Amino acid sequence: MRDPLIPVVGVVTKIQTDTPDVKTFSVVGTDGKKPFAHIPGQCAMLSMPGVGEALFSITSSPTQEDCLEFSIKKCGCVTDWLHSITEGTQLTIRGPYGNGFPVDTDFRGKDLVFIAGGIGLAPLRSVINYVRANRANYGAVDVVYGARSRDDLVDYDEITNDWAKDGITVHLTIDREQDGWEGHVGFVPNFVKELAFDTSKTVIMCGPPIMIKFTLAGLMELGFAKTNIYTTLELRMKCALGKCGRCNIGSKYVCKDGPVFRLDALDELPDEY
Amino acid sequence: MKKIEKARLPELFAALNETAALYLPADRDGVAAFTRWQEGVTLTEKLNTVRSAKDLFFPQVETLANFKTQGGTIEIEDAARQDEDFIVFGVRACDLRSFEILDRVFLAEPQDTFYKARREHAAIITLACNAPEETCFCTAFSIDAADPQGDVTAFLTDTALCLRANTEKGENLLAKLPLSDGAESEIAAWQKQARETLEKLPIQLDLSGFTGERMMELFNHPAWQPLSEACLGCGTCTFVCPTCQCYDVKDFKTKDGVQRFRCWDSCMYSDFTMMSAGQPRPTQKERFRQRFMHKLVYYPMNNEGIFSCVGCGRCLQKCPIHMNIVKVAKTLGGERDA
Repeated sequence: MRDPLIPVVGVVTKIQTDTPDVKTFSVVGTDGKKPFAHIPGQCAMLSMPGVGEALFSITSSPTQEDCLEFSIKKCGCVTDWLHSITEGTQLTIRGPYGNGFPVDTDFRGKDLVFIAGGIGLAPLRSVINYVRANRANYGAVDVVYGARSRDDLVDYDEITNDWAKDGITVHLTIDREQDGWEGHVGFVPNFVKELAFDTSKTVIMCGPPIMIKFTLAGLMELGFAKTNIYTTLELRMKCALGKCGRCNIGSKYVCKDGPVFRLDALDELPDEY
Repeated sequence: MKKIEKARLPELFAALNETAALYLPADRDGVAAFTRWQEGVTLTEKLNTVRSAKDLFFPQVETLANFKTQGGTIEIEDAARQDEDFIVFGVRACDLRSFEILDRVFLAEPQDTFYKARREHAAIITLACNAPEETCFCTAFSIDAADPQGDVTAFLTDTALCLRANTEKGENLLAKLPLSDGAESEIAAWQKQARETLEKLPIQLDLSGFTGERMMELFNHPAWQPLSEACLGCGTCTFVCPTCQCYDVKDFKTKDGVQRFRCWDSCMYSDFTMMSAGQPRPTQKERFRQRFMHKLVYYPMNNEGIFSCVGCGRCLQKCPIHMNIVKVAKTLGGERDA
């Protein structure tokens, strides 16, 4: 009788340094295979016994067969440990958790605008690469991605090279002027307003709460319907099974009823995220 | 209906303990607590235990797994589940309802196997109430404290303990005990008097205003600020509450590995929701509000209107600032005299 709280052993096969404080970890089971299948937007619990356990969004697309990837910013006990390890290190993993994005239903046939700030790109990258793998099922795709500086842009080769080849328009921005940067400078919310996307598009957004708040206000000004905007939340979690109580907002548990919420549903909940 | 003279209760407890490990409310350090029975342990005269019977199914601390982390590899060893039967005697109607409330959390898919194993291995003998305390308000939740269910219901009259089996498990248990035959009529007068007392409980609550439709109105109610102002955030209400089920998961380094355990936690604590990215409930007002909104609004929204409070009154007795769910419900429900 295995309890859903008990993880299995995983192995970190590859560690890529993306920015000074973000690394991407490839994880497989002890059999060398991907630990489990998932839907874009779902999460998993990673842990090092003795250090702690924490929930992370799965960065890789379900179409990636060989492993699960997690892009993780160094900002706490478990993430400090993850940033200190080398390839081949064992950890524990359990999941997948949460509802995921409606990639095969609501998103089908739609023009998609992804808006990400900082490490907020991590969960969206799973969706973007799923869309790329099933490109014919979706319309025009735009990605707005901002970070503090050029060095903080998670510089996946994919963003600058591969995504454009699949007809994705990438709009990058950094917060402040920087030598050698010729792209856009400014915060994501203002950039989104400047880009003035057609309101028929579906928006998928993830980033720090302050970015979400101001970007939403901008989208409302542009005339977007709440039913066309999706975001994914992060709250503290221990079980990820809807029992430990931490991620409860109103009648919802972010771990099982979310983390993906459409804005009209999110608007009905207390503002405690 | 079966019965045994009151003077022969030690004999009954010994016989129960012969069939499976018996737990019953007994006096310990001046307060009543569910206690593992042994020769000489007697039933408390107090109405209820300080801590609820939930401890027996969802203990304050329990091990989930042990990890061996030597030589760069990790081995995971599942912790043992309850695998022996046990009997809980003397569960009051309020605590019995709390099991139903906890079941809807822990036995919802994916099921919590630690909790499930304990529930499956337990036989529950409830004890009907006839002398409630002034902090009791179970009737607000339509609980009939004069006739609780469980596997067996026990009624303690002046002269005898009467026992009625409600389930097959209860029938089988009673068959093994030194009981004589009794009749329902023997407790009729006792029960009538008990119900009359229970109908006149000093705390009467109208909870009809606590509905999902009013969630945001209640959430934004101006009374949360004054109600929560004196809250110490000590979490005592949570720890004595039979329905609070929030928990933490932590690791403990042992001499040859790591023990992962879970322990009770409280939404009243500031680090309950603390993240490196921020704190969604920055002051005690938000934490205080979460606890009561969950019991009176959020839980019922997910569970066919069942409130996550059983009116046991423990929080009324124990809160150091005399704040409690009754005052909250009355204030938010519109009554002034809380």
